[in-house]
Amino acid sequence: MTGYDNIQLDKQGRLKHFLTIEGLSQQLLLDILDYAESFASVGDRAVKKVPLLRGKTIVNLFFEPSTRTSTTFELAAKRLSADILNLNMATSSTSKGESLLDTLRTLEAMHSDMFIVRHASSGAAHFIANHVAPHISVINDGDGQHSHPTQAMLDMFTIRKHKKTFDTLRVAIVGDILHSRVARSNIHALKILGVNEVRVIGPKTLIPRDIETMGVSVYDTLEDGLKNVDVVIMLRLQKERMITASIPSEYEYFNRYGLTQEKLKVAKEDAIVMHPGPINRGIEIDSTIADSEQSVILQQVSNGIAIRMAVMAMAMGSNSESSNY
Amino acid sequence: MTRIRIENGRILDPHSGRDSSGEICIDNGTILSANDSTMDFTADITINAKDHWICPGIVDLSARFGKSGQAIKKTFSTEATAAASAGVTSVCCPPDTHPIIDSSTAVEILLKSATDSGQVRINPIGALTQGLKGDRLAEMFTLKTAGCIAVSNANQPLANYEILRRAMEYAASSDLTVFFHPEDYSLRNYGVVNEGALSTRLGLPPIPEIAETVAVSAALLIAEQSGAKIHFCRISTARAVDMIRQAKQLGLPVTADVDICHLYLTELDVDCYNSNCHLIPPLRSLHDKDILIQGIAEGVIDAVCSDHRLLSIDSKIAPFSQTEPGASTIEFLLPLMLDLANRGKLSLLDAVEKITTNPAKILNLPFGRIEPGSKADIIIINPDISWTAQGQQLISGSKCTPFEGWELQGKVSHTILDGELIFQYK
Repeated sequence: MTGYDNIQLDKQGRLKHFLTIEGLSQQLLLDILDYAESFASVGDRAVKKVPLLRGKTIVNLFFEPSTRTSTTFELAAKRLSADILNLNMATSSTSKGESLLDTLRTLEAMHSDMFIVRHASSGAAHFIANHVAPHISVINDGDGQHSHPTQAMLDMFTIRKHKKTFDTLRVAIVGDILHSRVARSNIHALKILGVNEVRVIGPKTLIPRDIETMGVSVYDTLEDGLKNVDVVIMLRLQKERMITASIPSEYEYFNRYGLTQEKLKVAKEDAIVMHPGPINRGIEIDSTIADSEQSVILQQVSNGIAIRMAVMAMAMGSNSESSNY
Repeated sequence: MTRIRIENGRILDPHSGRDSSGEICIDNGTILSANDSTMDFTADITINAKDHWICPGIVDLSARFGKSGQAIKKTFSTEATAAASAGVTSVCCPPDTHPIIDSSTAVEILLKSATDSGQVRINPIGALTQGLKGDRLAEMFTLKTAGCIAVSNANQPLANYEILRRAMEYAASSDLTVFFHPEDYSLRNYGVVNEGALSTRLGLPPIPEIAETVAVSAALLIAEQSGAKIHFCRISTARAVDMIRQAKQLGLPVTADVDICHLYLTELDVDCYNSNCHLIPPLRSLHDKDILIQGIAEGVIDAVCSDHRLLSIDSKIAPFSQTEPGASTIEFLLPLMLDLANRGKLSLLDAVEKITTNPAKILNLPFGRIEPGSKADIIIINPDISWTAQGQQLISGSKCTPFEGWELQGKVSHTILDGELIFQYK
């Protein structure tokens, strides 16, 4: 409510940190999508690099395991000609008792320009952005169950590729909403971009309390929830986050909430199926769907590189200019 | 022994309902007289309390003067000074200190710290179970003999309802009130903030309202069956207020308190992951806060405490879930209670009652009153001093406060403990 927009934007209203979608303007989200568009073709060139961030040092800090997102960030940084350092903090100094703040000070001393942060605690990226030296930008690569803004933007990018406009769309997000930062960021992004309707579908045990206040409607079943939707976003069943028993079994979960050709029939004929990955085949999604023409899961991965290039370049752009003053 | 005369002040004594100007004479640790007119008395110290308010010393039902894992004697005297400056003359110390108050030795250590400081009375609350582990009854009668005024398992879980039942029965037969923190630990389930729109939006592990209300209802039923006197510590939900109201209407020996933070802050203050608002119990909704205030005004909630916790700044500098819950609050209890009166939420006399007379009654202690023959624990308040809350300016060693930057009105100008002037505002 307060503070997010202040800390994410510089005095000119440009992106300084990218921590959450919440509180950002529609124009800024569209700017990110447009800018990403300009990078989308870089991967097809013979020389897959642009010199935008030459000489910049980007530190990829993951406090919890991450494979694909940090790889896409690394690729994106390299295509922007930045130097990138990957630090697995889960096995590093923080596990030796050094406080998060001390770790940050050490990294700052290495003249880093940007931190990409993945952390198991909600608010961690926000905390780091609040405590880093002013010349450093922080990009949230997922914090606890709070926010995963680059994932949301690459999802919006993918949707726009297929659907052209947002305002007529019905979007369903299916599965473990409770533990999903992707769901929260996607809801914010879809609402800001003005879609017609956002639905969340799942058993009550996986739907967080008062989610309606985020402007979504809640459905118990795929049969009702998928009716006439244009986009289906399947969520990974986050088995590692299931501290308490939230579903009786994977078998029953797949029976009720697993996406199959049959269940998808009530959606619009040209509905696209998305998934942030990695997918659990046979638990939340049937293989025939994952590999079908309606599935855009692999496009999401490639689009992720363009989005992350755009976000890094924008955040760093605000930085280098403001430091000239 | 100092002979003290306080003249020209407005005497606020909730015990007798008195709100009138007068003069108080103190000798030998005792109030000699509290009259409308001057009496023949040679004083060592005379305090002119013109335009000041005179109240009983504050009885705080919960304040921790030790850091977790650190011997309490290291930090005690600073916190005692903070208490004296805030007008707190009696403090209940929950058993989860270091060492845990589950032996007479631990009680002695605590009481000796208080005697050494000479700045505050300590009323230790003994452990309900050994080591607060929740599975074996503590030696409650031994603890009572050593000086404990109640028993509690603090914020630690009990293994099951059977233990709670037996502990209540044993406490009842030892004539000890059970100070009960209503929280069902299985329903709390690693939560850190109130469950609702905010926890959902911030993605923080939620604590549902039922974690408190289920615990309140279970404890009420078990207390009724066992005949125990039960005091609910730090209730935070509207429905807990309802349940306690009903229990009181049925005539059960039930009392309750709330901490000062829950009368001023709500879950919305947690926004942007403000770790100074990471509290136990969690800050609840605006509705809950309003009903808590109403509960105080109606007398369903008997007392307000500080629930002061001694925390290092470092313990609050981390992502929200990893910070320690609690806040430095003892220096805000009085001005914030005065503010409730100032805003017309309750009368001035009622506001004073909730932090003096009522908590003393709950503890069955002869404090919290201004009448001849009673203990001379008295504070004088200058209601006209305006000040800004600043964590770094607090006397307490704990600088973490959710009230940073708040404009407050009213300060203690004198604190008299056991007939001795132990604090004077300069």
